[in-house]
This record gives sequence, structure tokens and C-alpha cells, in this order.
Amino acid sequence: MEHIRTTKVEQVKLLDRFSTSNKSLTGTLYLTATHLLFIDSHQKETWILHHHIALVEKLALTTSGCPLVIQCKNFRIVHFIVPRERDCHDIYNSLLQLSKQAKYEDLYAFSYNPKQNDSERLRGWQLIDLAEEYKRMGVPNSNWQLSDANREYKICETYPRELYVPRIASKPIIVGSSKFRSKGRFPVLSYYHEHKEAAICRCSQPLSGFSARCLEDEHLLQAISKANPVNRYMYVMDTRPKHRMQSWWATQKDIGRIIVRISSKIWNDEKIRESDEKKRLNAMANRAAGKGYENEDNYSNIRFQFVGIENIHVMRSSLQKLLEVNGTKGLSVSDFYSGLESSGWLRHIKAVMDAAIFLAKAITVESASVLVHCSDGWDRTSQVCSLGSLLLDSYYRTIKGFMVLIEKDWISFGHKFSERCGHLDGDPKEVSPVFTQFLECVWHLTEQFPQAFEFNEAFLVQIHEHIHSCQFGNFLGNCQKEREELKLKEKTYSLWPFLLDDQKKYLNPLYTSKSPKFTVLEPNTVSFNFKFWRNMYHQFDRTLHPRQSVFNIITNMNEQNKQLEKDIKDLESVRFRVLKIHSVGILSWMKF
Amino acid sequence: MEFSDLIRTRRAQAKLLRGPEAPPLRGTLCLTGHHLLLSPGPQATSELWLLLLRSVDSIEKRVASDSGTITLRCKDLRVLQLEIEGVEASLDIARSIEALSSLESVITSFPFFYRPKGLRLGDAWHFHPPERYYKRVARETNAWRLSEVNEDFSVCPSYPRAVIVPRSVDDGALARSARFRQGGRFPVLSYHHAPSGTVLVRSSQPLTGPQKRRCAEDEELLRAVLAGARPGARGFIVDTRSSQAAKQARMTGGGTEAKAAYPGWKRLHRPLERGQPLQESFVRLVEACGDLQQSTDSWLRRLEGCCWLAHVKEALSTACLAAQGMEREGACILVHGAEGTDSTLLVTSLAQLILDPLSRTMAGFQELVEREWIQAGHPFQLRCAHSAFSHARPKHEAPTFLLFLDCVWQLGRQFPLSLEFGEGLLLALFEHAYASPFGTFLCNSERERCLCEVRTRTHSLWSGLNQPKEQRKLRNPLYAPNPLAIWPSVELQSLRLWQGLFLRWIRPPEPSEVAWEKVWQIVTDKEKTKLSQPTVSASEPQL
Repeated sequence: MEHIRTTKVEQVKLLDRFSTSNKSLTGTLYLTATHLLFIDSHQKETWILHHHIALVEKLALTTSGCPLVIQCKNFRIVHFIVPRERDCHDIYNSLLQLSKQAKYEDLYAFSYNPKQNDSERLRGWQLIDLAEEYKRMGVPNSNWQLSDANREYKICETYPRELYVPRIASKPIIVGSSKFRSKGRFPVLSYYHEHKEAAICRCSQPLSGFSARCLEDEHLLQAISKANPVNRYMYVMDTRPKHRMQSWWATQKDIGRIIVRISSKIWNDEKIRESDEKKRLNAMANRAAGKGYENEDNYSNIRFQFVGIENIHVMRSSLQKLLEVNGTKGLSVSDFYSGLESSGWLRHIKAVMDAAIFLAKAITVESASVLVHCSDGWDRTSQVCSLGSLLLDSYYRTIKGFMVLIEKDWISFGHKFSERCGHLDGDPKEVSPVFTQFLECVWHLTEQFPQAFEFNEAFLVQIHEHIHSCQFGNFLGNCQKEREELKLKEKTYSLWPFLLDDQKKYLNPLYTSKSPKFTVLEPNTVSFNFKFWRNMYHQFDRTLHPRQSVFNIITNMNEQNKQLEKDIKDLESVRFRVLKIHSVGILSWMKF
Repeated sequence: MEFSDLIRTRRAQAKLLRGPEAPPLRGTLCLTGHHLLLSPGPQATSELWLLLLRSVDSIEKRVASDSGTITLRCKDLRVLQLEIEGVEASLDIARSIEALSSLESVITSFPFFYRPKGLRLGDAWHFHPPERYYKRVARETNAWRLSEVNEDFSVCPSYPRAVIVPRSVDDGALARSARFRQGGRFPVLSYHHAPSGTVLVRSSQPLTGPQKRRCAEDEELLRAVLAGARPGARGFIVDTRSSQAAKQARMTGGGTEAKAAYPGWKRLHRPLERGQPLQESFVRLVEACGDLQQSTDSWLRRLEGCCWLAHVKEALSTACLAAQGMEREGACILVHGAEGTDSTLLVTSLAQLILDPLSRTMAGFQELVEREWIQAGHPFQLRCAHSAFSHARPKHEAPTFLLFLDCVWQLGRQFPLSLEFGEGLLLALFEHAYASPFGTFLCNSERERCLCEVRTRTHSLWSGLNQPKEQRKLRNPLYAPNPLAIWPSVELQSLRLWQGLFLRWIRPPEPSEVAWEKVWQIVTDKEKTKLSQPTVSASEPQL
């Protein structure tokens, strides 16, 4: 409260950056402890959560007043004109303070009270149960077991307590491998494909420096490949672009034989085979130049696959460019498309999608297990593992399943939500739209497969809203250990039950759960399938949207249909009863 | 001339490839005067495959030792490949297709031979005569009359026989005004907007020339337009050329309305692309769409480079300007460019679609196309002679009509419930405008259609489309009449590439089309359940 000097300013103008008429709304601006609220003359309210504010700017004074521009993490941009400069300055200063908190305890989630009692709150937190989820996948089983190695967060602080590993991997092997991997993030199970008996595993990069080899790590990988009874060959997917990786590999002393084997079953496409051939030649050239990759002699039965997803810094500036370009009104075609191209955003989205498709194909076509890693194994690895599982398993395309997926591959495996979303006043270089990209990839899939998802676009946008809102505890903190220390389950609420209560809003009326065709999604990644996601990046710019919504209409019709069908059934049953009574009557009459 | 002179080889064994998704067809290939047929062997289950030769845009032939490959690129952007046994046969067939697909004679074209079952000649040709639209105008205002000054097409060869003009102007004045306008296209009524009592009028450019000539009757005609609208109405002249191009036109005898000569009218310039640059834009877009291997970056670069969406944006915003002038400012609008047969019609037809709820119905839209494009004298035969694949140097080709359809599609995307027709109708119109078994899009004007007796000797596309079996493809299941004007957003963030047309044959059949089926199913379910309910409850009391 100490940051708020002015709580109410009247005669404030709100400009719409895309309005064709250049008209503005006049109203009153209120500043509360958690929100900035604007009520216009039609009593329409615009609420802006302080935590959503990414940037506040005070522009040069004009004749009509002092312009205040607020950019939000949910891509809302508001342009106020405050009549008096003093008021504007006060609000500006307050917002600067309020939008950047230093402590977790000052975040909205710790004061947000939806009027639930403790047991309701606890039930909310228990809604998503990961142990249950692993059971659904079919683990533990004869090849995979629950490891208690990290029960006390002793081996890896950023992993959850409960980890699934190959049954034959002993604790010393796990400990040894974790020492060889960055941040102790050794290979563990992310998804088990029961039908193919293949697994998606995840880890971080091997550590450079002291040793080029780690027998335990090699054993653990071997154990993963042995845990797959169908195909002993496994893939190791490094999700980083090769040019960035080479600098790291250059520090490796041991240079082994390099063979990037190409599975003809997957890559039967002529063109791709050609490009892989080129890659192979490149690799040979690199070897000659003294650079190297993982030593395939040490890791038997392994095929390496490189997919180029850029790092968090590239992604951050890419999104920034995208927003800059699209933020302007009256764009010409060349501004728009050259901006879209130079931002590289769609190229990055495609890279993530390509990686996930490769992963899904390795499992469905070859029944091969795949180990995915990037540098620390919490950004790109989370993207690829979760998106890959989504392609494979239709459960993750339901509302509940999608929550489980986020809870598993993102929250529990330590995607650093607080740092990536900038919840606290921290290092701006740690902020990156990694999760947003994941949501966008899912959106692209919903566009290509409009019947495969139980949820709609609004669901994705709402989740995006809440990773930044700090209103619920789910996305606070950077790993499970930190969340436990913050006692989030006692002090805050979980987002998921609230979304489930509202699920009518998020249902896709075209969803066909039974359609067997969609068991595995095989998206087409030709360039023109990647489109600008207007409903995310311009979600608040109403003038840019279609003026009518098909979804609402279809949803209503669907509901009416259901109601009418129910009515028919009810009536049928009444008729049936009447008939029965009738016939009983006739029978009894005949007896007489 | 007989077709048989052009057919060198009638039959050959061939394999047909129809894109990545459809399975190849094998069978006997036959060539007739109008069609290419592929008849699969007797044991095959698939049906006869048929292609109208008129729809072939370009042919490429390649020969190997004992066979030849012909690539046919069609006007509807489809690409087909025929593998034909025998080098001679394949070369002969290629040459024959080439000759037959580019025949220029109208009266030997297929519509004159097409006699489908279930349709009667002459049906639907009189669905949309100018008289019919005049009846509607007459109900709303009596300031306009139907003039038959062009009865014998002598006043304006590209206008229909009857046009709607201000009541106070007599036929003699019209004829003199026609002499002052290029091609005789004097100002005529395009649309009367009853809610604001204003009108949309179209013409061609005035022939002011370097001497800045004037024409009293033309000035009187436009004065009468204002006088017939609500009192005190102003007028805007929307010129679809830049002011510089309009000035330059004076050197060749054209020009624009001088301010002093037309009191109450204000001129606005909204340059729209036309002619060859528009055709090139189309060709480059289709080229870009055909490249499946390109990176996202190069795709975006080419999408930008071809400028197609810029043309969509300009057309829509000019139409919005005209519509806004009528609806919000209560002004009369005159639209013209140079000839008044291309971008002029684009603007007037789109403006009506924005303003007039009736034109958004299935029948209303067909009427709009008939009245504002076909009868208004858009030279379809010249503009649609070739599509995007032709190697021939374009002369008069321009995809103006396609641009119109694209704009309508964009409107439909932004107002998915307000158009009674769906993408299917727009695709059908695109196909039929370029090559059709029906006579509707033949010739360049009503006059030519009369000379060729198109109305009596060919079938109308509308009667073909309005058959019950076609409806599911063409209608929008979610249509709900919307009495308001539909103002589209013309920001680029709101415009999209029309994938259903430009990528129709390239991408695999999209699941969204399956979803469309699902929407239909939900809608018809609704109707069914609604219907079945009363019968159940009705049967109850009888027990």
C-alpha cells in the first residue's frame, strides 16, 4: 500500500490503438493494491493486474495531457492520457513499484481469496495426481520402476521427488549419472508408450570439463534402451542448434567415430535423406577439424539426432520483434510480412513442432525409445517432450489431460516459471516465452486438427493469462522444492479446479473423442501451415477480431441438441411405461 | 472447322496422378472435342474421370524412351500428370489438348452442347433481369426509372438492355451523356440504400480530354442523382485510380469530373491495382503456393512480394469507404476508374455486400454477381481466358473477379454467421468463371451473349447450382440473417490467405473440411431433433 499515492484519477482518456475512428473513451482510473481499473462513461470496466504489467512508459506531455502506455505480459497494450502530469507521474511510479515485487510473499496468490475453506483448497490441489498419471501410462511395470533416489531432493534439486527409471538402473548408477549431467538432471522417464513399450526420457546435457566419459551415464542409457523390449536402438535428441553446440563439444577430448545413422523407416523421403546425407558429410568434416559429438563407441545402440531449437535469448528477442511489428496500426503488406519473417517467430515455432514430430515418429514408427535433452533440460526439453506426448496420446488433448501434461512436463520437471515469466523483479535475461511457444504449437495443432482437442483456443489463452497473473500458486517458483518451501499448497489456490468449473467456456464443440484416426496426430509442417496467432497476440484488440463467433453458436446448438435428445428419451420412456401399464391392463383383463 | 481435325490420337493407355493424396488412376485415355476422359478397365471400381479441356491452362510434355508424361495445369489451380504409353501417342495427345483448350470460338464451346439431366434449357436465365432489381428500387423510392435507351446496345455496347437512371433525365440526355463517357458507360444506379436514402452509382471515366471538355447532360444527370436522394445530400466520386493516373488519362482523351462542373460532388482517389500487375500478383502467389519445400522465411517473403493481400486490403477498404459514405455520411457515391468494368464493379459489389443484408443471402448474392458483374459488362471472356499457369503473354487477363471472391471470403471469415453461402459457392464461382459447362460466364457483355444466343442455347449456372443436391456444398449451415451493415477490419492482422482456394489442391484435404461436415451434422441434428420431438409427444395422448 505504501506505493500508492493517488488512488483515483478522473477524466482519463483510453485510446484504442487499432480503432479506425481514433475515438477515445473517457473515464476514471482507479489504482488498487492488486489492479489498475479503468471505468469508462458506459460503465465498462477494464481491469489490469499489476503482475501482468511488463512495461510502463510515460511519454512526452501533449496538449491533451500526459500519455501513459502500459504493456502487459498478456499482450494487452493500453494507452491512457492523464490530464494532469502530477497524477500521471504518481501512477507511473506506483505501477513501477507494484508491477515488480521482490518477494514471493508479496505476489497476488498469497492474498487472493476465492472464499474456499481449507479442505476445498486441498481438494483443488489434489485434482492433478501425477502418481495416478504414471499409473495411467502403465508404469511401474516390469521394466520401469519408481526410484526413491531423489526423495529428499538430494540428487537433483530441480527434479520432483518421484522419478521413474529403468528397473535395472541401480542407485549408484543413477547417482553417478547425475554427477555427469548438468544440474544433476540425469535421464528419467517423461512418458511411457504402453502400446509400443517405448519411452520418452529427458535429461540435461553431459558436463564438460573433467571427464569425457561417465560409465554410469552410459549404463543408464543402456538400461533405458534395454527397458524397451521391442527395439534396442534408441535415439538421443539434442534439441539445440548444432552451431551453438559445437563450441561445447570442442572441449571434449575424446573424439569418436561419428555415424549419424539414418533410419530409412522414418526418413524415406528423398529430400530429407539428401539433407541428412549433407549433415553426415558435415559431421565428417567437423571430425577432421577436431570437433566432435557424443562418442558412439561408448554409447552403443544409440542414434543421435540434432534438432535446432534456439535458446531462450533468441526466443525472447524474436517475440519482442514480432510484437513491435504487429503493434502498429495500418500496416502495409510488406511491413507485416517482412516483420513476421525477420522476427523469425514462426520459424522457431516450426522448429519446436518438427522436433516433436520426429519424437512421435520415432516411437510410433520404430517403437524406439527417445532421450531428449537441451542444455539444462527444462526449456526446450519440456517443449519437445510435452508436445511429443500430446501428438502420441489423445488423453493429453482433453481438458484434464492437458492440465496433467503441463503439471508433469513443465511444473514438476522444473521449468523455471517464475524466472521465465518474470514474476519477481529479477534478471530480465532469464525471461523467455518458452511456455508461450508451447501453447502456440498446441494452437497450431488445434487449427490443423479441429476435432482432436476437447478444449478450444480460449483455454490456451486463459492458461497463458495465469502463468503471468500470479493469482494461483501453480506457476510460482522455479521447481517443486522451491514450491514446497513456499508452502504454496497451504497458502495459495490451484488454478486447475477453477478452470474445470468453468469448462463450458473452454469446450471445443467439434471435438470427436471416438475418432480413432486421431490417436496419433501427424501434423503437416509445410510453411503455409504456420500462421500468426492473432487471437493470442491481439487478444485485447477487439477491432481486429472476427465480429461473430462460430464457436459459441455451435456450442449452443450442441447443447440444445443434447437437451432435445434427452427430452426425447424421457418422453420415450414415459411412452414405454404407459404402454406397459396398458398391456398389463389388457393382460389382466384377458385373464378375467 | 471440325474438332476431329484437331484430334490426332483418340485413345491411349495412361496413368493419371492427381496430387499427393489421391491414388493414381490407370485406364484408357480418350480425347473428345471438349473433354479428356480416363476410363478405368472393366474390373476397376473407380468411376470415369473427366476433365473439361477448356479448364486446361498450360501443358508441359516430356518424353522418355517408350512413354510420355504430360503435365496439365488447370485454371482452377489443379496440377495433373498423365503418363501415356507410346511417345507418338503422348505427343499427339498433348498437341491436341493444346489446340482444343485454346479454341476461341464461343458458339462451339461446351456450354452449347451440354445438356444435363434434370435441367431445362432457358431455366434460371431470367432469374435476375434488371427489371427485377428495379421493382425493389421502385418500392423504396420513385426518383429512379428503368430506361430502355440501350435496347439495341447502340448507346453502350457493354451495358444490358435496361438500366436504372434518375427519373428526371430523359433518354436523349442519357444518350448524350453516354457519348461523354468512355465506352458509353454513363452513370447508372448500382444500389439504392434505403436506410439512408442514398445511392451508389457507377460509370466509366468522363472524356474530358486535354481541353477539359464538359457535357451539360452528364452534369445534369449527376445533379439529378443528388436531387433524387435525401434532401441536402452530398456526393462523393470515388475514382479507383490515383490522381496522377487520372490526370494522365486526359492526354488520351479520358479524365475526371472537374470540380466546378459538378457542384455538390467531391472527388476522392483510391488507387486499386488492375490489369497486368494484378495478374502478375496472382501468378506469383500461385507460384509461391506450389513450393512445398521452402522455409517459413522464404514463404513469408514471397507472400509479401506478391502483394496479393495488399490488393485484398485496398479493395476492401475502398468498398468500406464507399459504404461508409452512404451509411454514415448520407452521401451519394459515384464509382469509376477508367473503363468502369473492373475495379469499379469490385468496389460497388463489395459495398453492397457490406450494406445490404439481402445481397448476403444465397439468392441475393447470385443476383449481385449477375447484376454487378455479368450484366454490368465485366469482360469475363477476356479477363478469365487464362489463369495463373499460362505461359502465354497475358493480354487482357486479370483476376479482378477472383479478387472480389477473395474479399467476400474475408468478409465471411470475419462474419461467419452473416453470409447464407459458404466457401463452396465462392470456389464454384471461381471455377466456373474460368471454365464451365454452363453459359453464364461466357462472352464479355450482354450484347455478345445476345448475338451468340447464350440464353437460349446454354444452361444457366444458377440453375445448376440451385439444384438440391448441390446445396450442402454451397450453403453456410450457421447462417443467421443479420440486418446490419457488416464492417470488416482491413488491418493485416485480420486478413488471411484464402487457403481453401490457393492451397486447395496442394495441401492434403484438411481436417477442417471434416469439421465442416461435423458442423453440418450438428445443425441438421438440431433440425431433426426439433422435428422428431412433436411426433413423440403427439403420439402420447393416443395411448
